[in-house]
Amino acid sequence: MNAQTNLKAAPDETFDLGANPLRELNGALHKAGVETNARRWLVANPNGRHAVACGINAPLDVTIAGHVGYYCAGMNQQARVIIEGNAGVGVAENMMSGFVHVKGDASQAAGATAHGGMLLIDGNAGARCGISMKGVDIIVKGSIGHMSAFMGQAGSLIVFGDAGDALGDSLYEAKLFVRGTVKSLGADCIEKEMRDEHKAHLAEKLKAAGLEGSIDISEFKRYGSARRLYNFHIDNVDAY
Amino acid sequence: MCGIVGIFLKDPKLEPQLGQMLASMLCVMTDRGPDSAGFAVYGNGKADHVKLSLRAVEGYDFAALADGLSTTAGGKPALSVRSTHAVIEVPAAKEADVRAALAAQYPDVAVVGAGSRMEIFKEVGLPKNVAARFDLAKMSGTHGIGHTRMATESAVTTAGAHPFSTGVDQCLVHNGSLSNHNDLRRNLTREGLTFATQNDSEVAAAYLTWRMQQGASLGEALKAGLDDLDGFFTFVVGTESGFGVLRDPIACKPAVMAETDQYVAFGSEYRALVDLPGIENAKVFEPEPATVYFWDRAA
Repeated sequence: MNAQTNLKAAPDETFDLGANPLRELNGALHKAGVETNARRWLVANPNGRHAVACGINAPLDVTIAGHVGYYCAGMNQQARVIIEGNAGVGVAENMMSGFVHVKGDASQAAGATAHGGMLLIDGNAGARCGISMKGVDIIVKGSIGHMSAFMGQAGSLIVFGDAGDALGDSLYEAKLFVRGTVKSLGADCIEKEMRDEHKAHLAEKLKAAGLEGSIDISEFKRYGSARRLYNFHIDNVDAY
Repeated sequence: MCGIVGIFLKDPKLEPQLGQMLASMLCVMTDRGPDSAGFAVYGNGKADHVKLSLRAVEGYDFAALADGLSTTAGGKPALSVRSTHAVIEVPAAKEADVRAALAAQYPDVAVVGAGSRMEIFKEVGLPKNVAARFDLAKMSGTHGIGHTRMATESAVTTAGAHPFSTGVDQCLVHNGSLSNHNDLRRNLTREGLTFATQNDSEVAAAYLTWRMQQGASLGEALKAGLDDLDGFFTFVVGTESGFGVLRDPIACKPAVMAETDQYVAFGSEYRALVDLPGIENAKVFEPEPATVYFWDRAA
């Protein structure tokens, strides 16, 4: 993969994964503190390697020039990580804060268990997108696969395209917005009324992603938990 | 785990490089499967002849075997020996007689595959060693599939290595594990199929063979497998004219495809594809779960 990048300015640091080991890259990114001068990083030749740019905890701007393997930008805090290609399983899993942008497609379990920050996927995401999401905002401009937002606890999943089977199965309080069709809803997930406050919420998230005005908010439907599954109900006492 | 790879060439100019491309893909998948490796290559062939891929112990005298089959095969069969494997080419009309003679007179030799163009090679050991001992990098062909095995439910043996033959010019590689393979094996044994191992993937191969014996096409057999095979699987099946891909409905096991004007490639992970020519401009995507895909030479 050529080191093509959308970086507006020259990077402060360029790291060639074709010539240097991954541990050196991640080690260097971990050492970069809040007060570092080397903010803009370009990672060349990722070639589908796993665990690229994992565990950053500094306001860095990392552009990865190509496709990545599993768990890219996992556990991210503060950093802005741009993947100029496809991402493998578990991109931005357990992200705490920051912004991860996949310019191609993402594989399964994108944004799994993530607590915060924003994950933007320009293409499609595979199955289990946002599984057990705990506060992250995920925007997918394409479609998502089956079992997405399974056991989602908090945060927003916004999908411009369609959703696969069993959307929002065993959902807690994550907010789901889908513009296209939903193949089927999972247990305890229902369509809910889209009131003004929800439209405002959606507009706010799209604005944060720089997508304000790019899509008609009224085309989205809202899905959420019916709250019949996770609350203890006295009628079910015999089941315990 | 396990790693699977496949490459199907659209551009005949790449055919001399097929083995080299497949060897590179196989070696990258070593950390998904260091126990054994195997591959099927679809090279030259004659429509009225059948190639039998044979396996025996190291140092086996395949030349003597070819001599011994001369009468049965109506002339000494063309022989190509590669380490523990050999490919003999016999007239299609003589295939049944040759197989009978092999079973009766050469019980130490296993037939691992048969077809007009398909050749199968597999051994225990690291993929790079397996590729080297069979000189994969120098093979040419239109397409090929390969497998690196991390054994989970049956022994690390050559017989347990993939690909498994499913029929004439057909073979299967599998990433995953089946949970109803014992039951299926019992049922298929009653239907007359035979098994060489306790391996679950061999049962999947036999299942497809059985379905096709019942009149199903390969695509129909794969679709039926979605109902009858319980467990996790990504399959790649090699056929005379191309290859097919099927993932279980949960899509538990990974799969990445890349397509350019020159080829279609499959890998368990994108890493396996990075050395292919023009990969930076390829269309890279994941096959959908429970969907049968085929890439064929224009029929």
